[in-house]
Amino acid sequence: MSATAPAAPRPFEAHVKLVDRIGEPLLRILSALAGLLAVVLLVWIAETMFDQASPAISRFGIGFVGSQVWDPVHNNFGALDFIYGTLVSSFVALLIATPTAIAISIYLTELAPRIVRRPVAILVELLAAIPSVILGLWGIIILGPFLGNHLEPFLHSFLGWIPLFAGTPSPFGMLSAALILTIMALPIVTSITREVFQTTPAELKEGAYALGATRWEMVRTAVLPVARPGIVGAVILGLGRALGEAIAVTQVIGNATQIKASLFAPAGTLAAQIASEYQSANPGLGQASLIYLAAILLVISVIVNVVARLIVRRSKVS
Amino acid sequence: MPSTPTERDPMTSSGPQTQPDEKPSAASGARTARGHSVVIKGLHAYYGQTHAVKGIDITFPANEVTAIIGPSGCGKSTMVRCINRMHEEIPHARAEGSVMLDEEDVYSPKIDVTTVRRAIGMVFQRPNPFPTLSIFDNVASGLKLAGMRGENMRERVHGALRAVGLWEEVKGRLNSPGVGLSGGQQQRLCIARAIAVEPEVILMDEPCSALDPVATLRVEELIDELKERYTIVIVTHNMQQAARVADTTAFMLDGEMIEHGPTSEIFTTPKDERTERYVTGKFG
Amino acid sequence: MESSVVNPRPRLLAPAPGARRRKAVNRGMEVLCTIAALLAVAVLLLVVISVLIKGAPAINLDFLTKNPVPFGQTGGGIADSIVGSAILIGLATLMSVPVGILIAIYTTEFARPAVSTVIRFCLDILNGVPTIVVGVFIFGLLVLGGAQSGWAGAVALAAVELPIVARSAQEVLELVPGSLREAALALGLKRWRVVLRIVIPTAAGGLITGAVLGVARVAGETAPLLFTSSIFSNFGLTTNPAQAMPNIPVTIFTLSESPSPQDHAQAWAAALVLILFVLLLSVTARTFHERSRSKLRS
Repeated sequence: MSATAPAAPRPFEAHVKLVDRIGEPLLRILSALAGLLAVVLLVWIAETMFDQASPAISRFGIGFVGSQVWDPVHNNFGALDFIYGTLVSSFVALLIATPTAIAISIYLTELAPRIVRRPVAILVELLAAIPSVILGLWGIIILGPFLGNHLEPFLHSFLGWIPLFAGTPSPFGMLSAALILTIMALPIVTSITREVFQTTPAELKEGAYALGATRWEMVRTAVLPVARPGIVGAVILGLGRALGEAIAVTQVIGNATQIKASLFAPAGTLAAQIASEYQSANPGLGQASLIYLAAILLVISVIVNVVARLIVRRSKVS
Repeated sequence: MPSTPTERDPMTSSGPQTQPDEKPSAASGARTARGHSVVIKGLHAYYGQTHAVKGIDITFPANEVTAIIGPSGCGKSTMVRCINRMHEEIPHARAEGSVMLDEEDVYSPKIDVTTVRRAIGMVFQRPNPFPTLSIFDNVASGLKLAGMRGENMRERVHGALRAVGLWEEVKGRLNSPGVGLSGGQQQRLCIARAIAVEPEVILMDEPCSALDPVATLRVEELIDELKERYTIVIVTHNMQQAARVADTTAFMLDGEMIEHGPTSEIFTTPKDERTERYVTGKFG
Repeated sequence: MESSVVNPRPRLLAPAPGARRRKAVNRGMEVLCTIAALLAVAVLLLVVISVLIKGAPAINLDFLTKNPVPFGQTGGGIADSIVGSAILIGLATLMSVPVGILIAIYTTEFARPAVSTVIRFCLDILNGVPTIVVGVFIFGLLVLGGAQSGWAGAVALAAVELPIVARSAQEVLELVPGSLREAALALGLKRWRVVLRIVIPTAAGGLITGAVLGVARVAGETAPLLFTSSIFSNFGLTTNPAQAMPNIPVTIFTLSESPSPQDHAQAWAAALVLILFVLLLSVTARTFHERSRSKLRS
């Protein structure tokens, strides 16, 4: 810059300076507000939930969680049936999805010919892009009948002595919901597990090979142990997805307010119950109880997500 | 059958042969059988289209340390990785030629590559113990793969740890994580892991380049002890190290084996002009 | 000498005793893993092909341009749902994309690292909130005491779309090289101009594809609309967001719950329209997303 004193700003420069003086703080403030919204939104959701549910909360208290009653006629409600259904359907879904996701990740990172890797990875991820209502429709018309008419009778004939498979085969039930949830959770668990596998240091793999390991033995020795925290995080994230699914589950689970041992029996989950009563909840206690369910669902999903994110973050850093 | 001294390559005379029974072994229960030589003929190695190793013939005499020296990128690591067939694990990489161990070609289609790698062990540039395994489990990992269990396996693990001089330092904490050791200790742990499965040959790819001078010295002393039982090939960019540990030295340049012979000759009276330029520091 | 368990072989390179079993196990695992991958792809194809086969017969011009007919009659279409969805998605995107990008600007350009981490964390948690809960939230906020409306539905969709767009925009903006910003600042440009005139345009490709992915996600969402825009007052086409607007996901949902096969046929057809839209958007956006990100990285 010149050593002489700056000349008086010309009109254009003055205009620019004025705009700058407005623009800079404006952008800062606007974007900061947006950032604040991100933080506030979560709190706002929680606050609204618990506020709207307060008639039910004050009426039933925490015992709501342990009560199996869901009786709109007598205005007595409880969440236990749905908590049970949520946990079982999600648990079974992740039970199937986790080894499958690990196997697919091994395939994608070690076994598949290189040209095939990206297309297959994209196809698996596209499973997540299918809208849940379409998956539910497919479940109602195709998967459900297949389960009720073929797979469940088959399981019943061989394994009917186990309570899980003891009930009457039915197209609508826990098993149908669990399988649909498996399809929804699989892409998430697979994509994170695949990322974690890809960060395995090459020197560990070489170390295993140099000891005379077969490819599977190398994966078992060098890849899986190191990936374990990341896999756990991936599974919990998948669990979060499964816990919160309302539409596809309500379409295939039968929406029964009961707890049965058999996987074939109709059941209900928190999210599905909320979805199934969207038209018919009587204002007042009925509605408040539904919102109470939503509040419980919110708490569960936030906890699960926080735990999952912390684990995934830690596994990626190390 | 173990090779007898008279079968060795006449080019590499390295002094009076020691008989196995004369020198006391460094560890109890250790193997005292003699090692085997490795004969390489017409070895070529490629990364895709790149011709990295261009026709190598060399013999690594049994129970000797052979050092491979040469400037960066000359193909010495690649060549050594062809010996235990690690080279082919790299995508689009391949090798041609023959590598004979005990009169069998390791590249023979009848032989499974995992068998080759158990007979020819490898130690890498950076220590790579398995991070989730304890010291004991690290050394045992090769044995577990082979199906060994129980008392047999424990003896082998302890023997290997003694052979590399780690026993006194870790005997009280065999169950602590392998990665908790210092760099030099980790590398000796990896050497223990490699010798626990009792290979015939040990390949070392710049094993000391990540270690401090004290740790380097200990590893070099270890190499000197180990050659009694194993044939050792060591890649090194450090000529002083080659002069210290190696009986035979081979000089590579640009994928070719320029010259090889007794270490003292290579460094004092090299036959090829390029060798002379390298060992006197004119390049590389 | 003790005969070692590891080397009982007469021949040096003969296979060790357990070798055949280990090879078999290895082969078995390879087969299992390949089957798993094929299974996943098969399920995807199964679903998509089912929708195609069952939906195609019912798709015709009428279906796409007529409104539904009253109970009992056959025919009719989903024109009202298509229009309604378009408006809902359009409004939701108009609301969420600018705000999402602003959030990203804040965390990458202005905020302290600690604040950025907190915001990022909150966005990740928001992404994990079940969409039915978001629907109930907006219901409590905007519908309770009044009536459902297109606005409520759009806001609910926006609440779902916002964290997706924001996280994606954050990743893209972070890819813009710091040297670009520094060069502009060194020329005397104020920060806000650097952001608006240099950073955003550089990241535009990634920002757009991120927004498109958000749209693809939200286009298929039913749960947020169940409580906000699902009970339609009339069967006519409406473009007025003050009323509950028919939309494709809720239409599919309602039709799927009906016992009538004609309704199912219409559900499949509507599903076909929706899935084509979503998959097309997803695949295009993903391909361009990768490309624009690798361009930024180089």
